[in-house]
Amino acid sequence: METILSLNNLTKRFGKLTAVDDLSFSIEKGNVYGILGPNGSGKSTTLGMVLNVVNKTSGEFRWFDGGLSTHEALKKVGAIIEHPNFYPYMTAVQNLALVCKIKGTDEKKIHEKLEIVGLLDRKDSKFSTFSLGMKQRLAIASALLNDPEILILDEPTNGLDPQGIHQIRVIIRNIAAGGTTILLASHLLDEVEKVCSHVVIIRKGKKLYSGPVDEIVSSHGFFEVKAPDMEKLQRLLKDHPKIGKINFTEGLITAFLTEPMNAEEINSYLFEKGLSLSYLIKRKESLEEQFLQLTNQISQN
Amino acid sequence: MLRLLNIEYLKLRYSRSARILIITYFILITFIALIASIEFNIGQIEFRVADQGIFNFPYIWHFNSYIAALLKLFLAIVIVSMMSNEYSNRTIKQNLIDGMSKKEFILSKFITVLVFAGISTLFLFIVSLILGYSFSDFTEFSIVTSDLEYLLAYFVKLTGFFAFCMFLGILVKRSAFALGFLVVWYIFENILHAILKFKIFKGTDTASDIMQFFPLQAISNLIVEPFSRLNAVQAAATQIGEALDKDYGIHWYQLLIVIAWIAIFVYLSLALLKKRDL
Repeated sequence: METILSLNNLTKRFGKLTAVDDLSFSIEKGNVYGILGPNGSGKSTTLGMVLNVVNKTSGEFRWFDGGLSTHEALKKVGAIIEHPNFYPYMTAVQNLALVCKIKGTDEKKIHEKLEIVGLLDRKDSKFSTFSLGMKQRLAIASALLNDPEILILDEPTNGLDPQGIHQIRVIIRNIAAGGTTILLASHLLDEVEKVCSHVVIIRKGKKLYSGPVDEIVSSHGFFEVKAPDMEKLQRLLKDHPKIGKINFTEGLITAFLTEPMNAEEINSYLFEKGLSLSYLIKRKESLEEQFLQLTNQISQN
Repeated sequence: MLRLLNIEYLKLRYSRSARILIITYFILITFIALIASIEFNIGQIEFRVADQGIFNFPYIWHFNSYIAALLKLFLAIVIVSMMSNEYSNRTIKQNLIDGMSKKEFILSKFITVLVFAGISTLFLFIVSLILGYSFSDFTEFSIVTSDLEYLLAYFVKLTGFFAFCMFLGILVKRSAFALGFLVVWYIFENILHAILKFKIFKGTDTASDIMQFFPLQAISNLIVEPFSRLNAVQAAATQIGEALDKDYGIHWYQLLIVIAWIAIFVYLSLALLKKRDL
């Protein structure tokens, strides 16, 4: 698989504060990555370093096969960071033309990209007259101008209203469907869950996890069960070899699996023992639950 | 090179305030011609400025480059704001992310500075040539082309001043404060000069010898005021018994000091940009 970006022990210190601590991961072509972490966890600083606007303290990062200088490599990258930054006195088209000049790409793409983000009808309006949602969409158009190998988005829906958030997500999903590699930094779990296939979770600048979204916690899921005789149910579950921890809250038993087991198996096991269930559901932790579990584990250690 | 200039051209072209200031600047340079029409009466004597020989070749090169240099503040505002606006609009960040290197960024600004100074010099050359041929008493080719080093000095003077402004724009990041800093620095140099001259090195030339190495003083030393060189003023001075033996020439070492400052300012701008996290 082709590696687009790799980070090796990248570190950034602001005085005493270590914003990014010994971070290593790599981005492979064709996947949609999320960088997930609470506010102030070092997401933007990490992106700033690989994007040539923040100086690293130590470690290294490599774009593509490492043969290009950072600023040359960035011409093959599309990136937007927190706020859309454009010249306020220039129109959408003029701003994009300027970006084309910097990236050294053809200005013919402007029309096409404005169409993707739905800004064609405002193409000759000054940037200063745009709403935040429109600015963000213009930024995406600008990042797409060079048909980038990777699209980097830092909190793309920050500060937008629900409609704006929806528009941006639809655009991102369409781009991802087209096969573009995407790196999305966000503190919003459902955003990452909805869009990304892989995730890097960081907290206080340290990497907690990186890998596919559905393998975050090595858990086999859990059952939520109810039966008329709750005490018997609890006893039977405790005796089952594949079940570990059992929680009993609000008339519902949650049984965590230590080995894979499907719902039929537990159902027939309980039925053989003379208990019929009134409620059975098998679930995996949502990303939110997994994320909280993961961040808590680390903070307890 | 051309790509960088093109980028900068796009940025300036659509900015209305930059456009107005640049146009005003060039119109004002042509207004030097208006000096020719100044007339006033002292008692019975009718005084016409144009008759005083200010537009004679080769004196016109000196006179016009001195007067035109006074107008450089207009372009200085454009340059300071083109630097600091990149910070306040945070477009500098976007430029770098889009694939401009920090070196290219500074280079694009410095090329713009050179182009501003170059066009100003060319413009001044043409305006002076036209004025000279209209009013000068001598129009022989050898006289017209003598003292052209004033134009070179003018070019270096503008480049030096603009490079200073560029550096201040990057250093201070806010255009109003950068211009304020320029004024403060000007006052600082003058106060320092006064202290050196009247307190520490009283009665010697040491003060001027030291001050010539300070940027604004070095820039101002390049072209000495031309007024006392006028015949009328010279004559008046002789009558009072005061001999004016000022050195009006352009000196290579003065050019060199300013060129050194230009290099320092460009280097410092780049170093500052490299060091900073945006």
